[in-house]
Amino acid sequence: MSEPHDLSADDRPRRGIFRRMGSAVVSLFKMRIDKSGGRVVFVGFCFLLIYGVIGARLVHLGLKPNEGQAVRAHTQESVAAVRPDIVDRNGVVLATDVKTVSVFAEPRRIIDKDEATELLTAVLPELNARELREKLGKKNGFVWIKREITPKQQQEIHRLGLPGIGFQPEHKRIYPNGVAAAHILGSVNIDNIGIAGIEKYIDGLGLAEINSLGFARQPSDIKPIALSIDLNVQHALRDELFKGMEKFKAKAAAGLILDVNTGEVVALASLPDFNPNNPADALDPNHINRLAVGVYEMGSTFKALTTAMALDSGKFNINSQLDARSALRYGRFKIGDYHAQNRVMTVPEVFIHSSNIGTAKMALGVGVENHKSFLRKMGQLDRLRTELPENAEPIVPGRWGELNTMTIAFGHGLAVAPLQASMAVGALVNGGYLITPSFLKQDGDRRDQAPRVIKPETSEALRYVMRLNGTKGSAAKSAVPGYFVGGKTGTAEKVIGGRYAKNKLFTTFMAIVPSDKPRYLFVTLLDEPQALPETYGFATAGWNAGPITGKVIERVGPLLGLPPRFDPPEQPFPVMAKMNAWGSKP
Amino acid sequence: MVSRAERSPFSDWWWTVDRILLATVGVLMMAGIVLAMAGSPPVAERLGLPTFHFVHRQVLYLVPAIILMLVASFLSPRYVRRAALAVYIIGMALVVAAILFGVEVKGAKRWINLAGLSIQPSEFVKPAFVILAAWAFSEGGVRRDMPGTFLGFLLLACTVVPLVLQPDFGQTMLVAIVWSGMLFVAGLSLFWVLFLIGGGVIAIAGAYKFLPHVTARINRFLDPQSGDTFQVDNALDSFAQGGWFGKGPGEGTVKRILPDSHTDFIFAVTAEEFGIILCLVILLLFTFVVLRGMTLARRNEEPFCRLAAMGLITLFGLQSVINMAVNVHLIPAKGMTLPFISYGGSSLISLALGMGFLLAVTRRRSRAEFYDRIVQGTRR
Repeated sequence: MSEPHDLSADDRPRRGIFRRMGSAVVSLFKMRIDKSGGRVVFVGFCFLLIYGVIGARLVHLGLKPNEGQAVRAHTQESVAAVRPDIVDRNGVVLATDVKTVSVFAEPRRIIDKDEATELLTAVLPELNARELREKLGKKNGFVWIKREITPKQQQEIHRLGLPGIGFQPEHKRIYPNGVAAAHILGSVNIDNIGIAGIEKYIDGLGLAEINSLGFARQPSDIKPIALSIDLNVQHALRDELFKGMEKFKAKAAAGLILDVNTGEVVALASLPDFNPNNPADALDPNHINRLAVGVYEMGSTFKALTTAMALDSGKFNINSQLDARSALRYGRFKIGDYHAQNRVMTVPEVFIHSSNIGTAKMALGVGVENHKSFLRKMGQLDRLRTELPENAEPIVPGRWGELNTMTIAFGHGLAVAPLQASMAVGALVNGGYLITPSFLKQDGDRRDQAPRVIKPETSEALRYVMRLNGTKGSAAKSAVPGYFVGGKTGTAEKVIGGRYAKNKLFTTFMAIVPSDKPRYLFVTLLDEPQALPETYGFATAGWNAGPITGKVIERVGPLLGLPPRFDPPEQPFPVMAKMNAWGSKP
Repeated sequence: MVSRAERSPFSDWWWTVDRILLATVGVLMMAGIVLAMAGSPPVAERLGLPTFHFVHRQVLYLVPAIILMLVASFLSPRYVRRAALAVYIIGMALVVAAILFGVEVKGAKRWINLAGLSIQPSEFVKPAFVILAAWAFSEGGVRRDMPGTFLGFLLLACTVVPLVLQPDFGQTMLVAIVWSGMLFVAGLSLFWVLFLIGGGVIAIAGAYKFLPHVTARINRFLDPQSGDTFQVDNALDSFAQGGWFGKGPGEGTVKRILPDSHTDFIFAVTAEEFGIILCLVILLLFTFVVLRGMTLARRNEEPFCRLAAMGLITLFGLQSVINMAVNVHLIPAKGMTLPFISYGGSSLISLALGMGFLLAVTRRRSRAEFYDRIVQGTRR
């Protein structure tokens, strides 16, 4: 690398740069095999690093909780959910849990799926072999084979000795009384979760959360839920309704016994009904709870509300005169009376003759706005919410004019749930307290906690006119001697395709027992009852719903602790007597 | 015990071969059979074969594999090169034959039927390729008149093109990475190393962009919701189900639905039945083999032997790393067998050949045998 000496001084550094650059380029392509030792170490170190990362990942996977097992444990808990017993007001069991087992399969563990299918269908012949084979052929870790099998079946399956087949203990809900109070009890699904009625209400109380914390393992760990229902009364009510429905060939029937002082529903039946042990039956639309879920135009029973409103407003009193000589005209509509008297009547007469004209005039006298606000106060325009999750919104006319007020006054043009109307009638007769009906056993009189909606005098007047109707009016056929029954019938033509159908009736009867100091309200509904020879061709409420209610009262009176009194009470309606109301003097 | 005093080909071999490496490989082979008993019965059942069909086959392949490995380890470096050249030429011929006449399996022509045996010739090409590349690079480094690096490039091109045509991107990638590693160890300028890394990144990006199945796989890895992650989900489920100690031999359930449970996902099956601790042990075995191999390569002063050893151990290590990383979902799914553990005749024979070559080139030799090569090499 000797430089020639004759080169000029400024050439030297430039050539040096070229040379250095040249040798740099050359070294770029030179393989330095002598460096290989260090580089092998470097490659080895890289491998060590990568293996370290994989090892760390393995440890990470090992530290992860096994989610699959956690999920399984959780399902086991929820499947084994315990529910409290449901008992009636006297402590008789209405719903309880029994221990049972369900058989499941872990398809991945089953060795011979065809053999397993064959053996299992031999023990459980109700299973579909093809479906079962498909289930076992899946790649799932878990499939149910059959829920809630008998101990004998369990033993037989156990003896098959099939791997991958197991048993899961469960609680099965049973309703020992069958159809009794089916609509109130509701039902549970296969996982013992409430899906309807009080069962669903119980779940809403936070039971599931308590269970999941592991507090309740046995049914005995939980306090039973006591209903307001009296099972004996319930049986009697359903039995009489059933007979009545058969007799009058009605499409449906429903009955309610409401304690007017506590708001407790002592019995509720809606026919046709279903057996809660077979929850699928509850889905039939014909099996709805007609008292809470159905909404109906209540017909003349609504006149009790109108009468109470009129008297309570102060614009009318028990002796007010109402002209019912000719039909009431409104535009092209004409309102007439079914039992036309064609004369001037007092309020009690209007009530017992069920005069549409007189009642409509009372409502008009009070005014549209006052009518609306009164019905709202009585809970007739809003959805009634009880413990039962099933309820219905009333059908209220969108534009409410004078014509609406006139028709609603006698029970047409406003459809409400019968339970809702019963609550209002209860308030009319119990001294004026609107108590929301309850399906749970209450501690006694709840009137002092309830809002007062009418004056006590008005309440007495309503009791008076209802009793009068029981002795002289349409309710006479239901007036069982000794119980001092009062009541109001109602017959509404059903709306079919937007028109009132003359021959399709919806009849109701509401009775109070006893009228001087009511304790119970009896309600009976019949959907399309037929006229019979012995009813002289009539199908109105007084001929069917009324007598059925009478039979119910006669039968359950003793059960409810209502002893018959054969001497009428002294001075049952003191205010009415003082006012010298029509009919208060014999 | 073999005496050191008597010189025989066997005693020479015994005292010069790396017995630790040999023993570890033996352990891996045994582990392969035990784990095949866990991983292969579900596959055999699915194919309607006897339960232990694949175990029997594995044992059957193991006998020639061991013999091949031992025979190869007896070879001197010169014969290693010759053997490798022969294997390479035959192998490449078969690869080309497979492309031309082979049966198409899952969209690729990788298999060829030879005397009733279905073989994957690209497996045998790999160790031979490493030896030839090591020879080219070392020779280029030692002798001026040898265009070694150029030969190395030529070799890569000759190997990769048929593999791409098959197509077999897994093997292509493996061969390319091993080749790059050898080039690096052969003393490539750091400038070109960075250049190669850049090229690799571009190649991966290009594959992601232009090869739909690569795109899909990487997308699935990055976002498991975007597609079917059945294999990976089940592999991870195996680890979760197995826990630290496993469910016990034969008790695995996830393996029944895990595809390729006897090959690509044997590691996950191992986790389910034998537990993560055993997985860690297997991981340690592989780490040990790789580090031992690298140590031997480092210790060997002869350039060819060092490069060949490093290349073979990189090939082995890379396969194990890719397989395990896929199993634990660290990288996107890529079919790669776990050396000596996964089932597969061609793979086993190829690995045995590679291990035999590795043992051969890492045998202790007296410095005199190759003194001229190292002196020349360092003088330049």
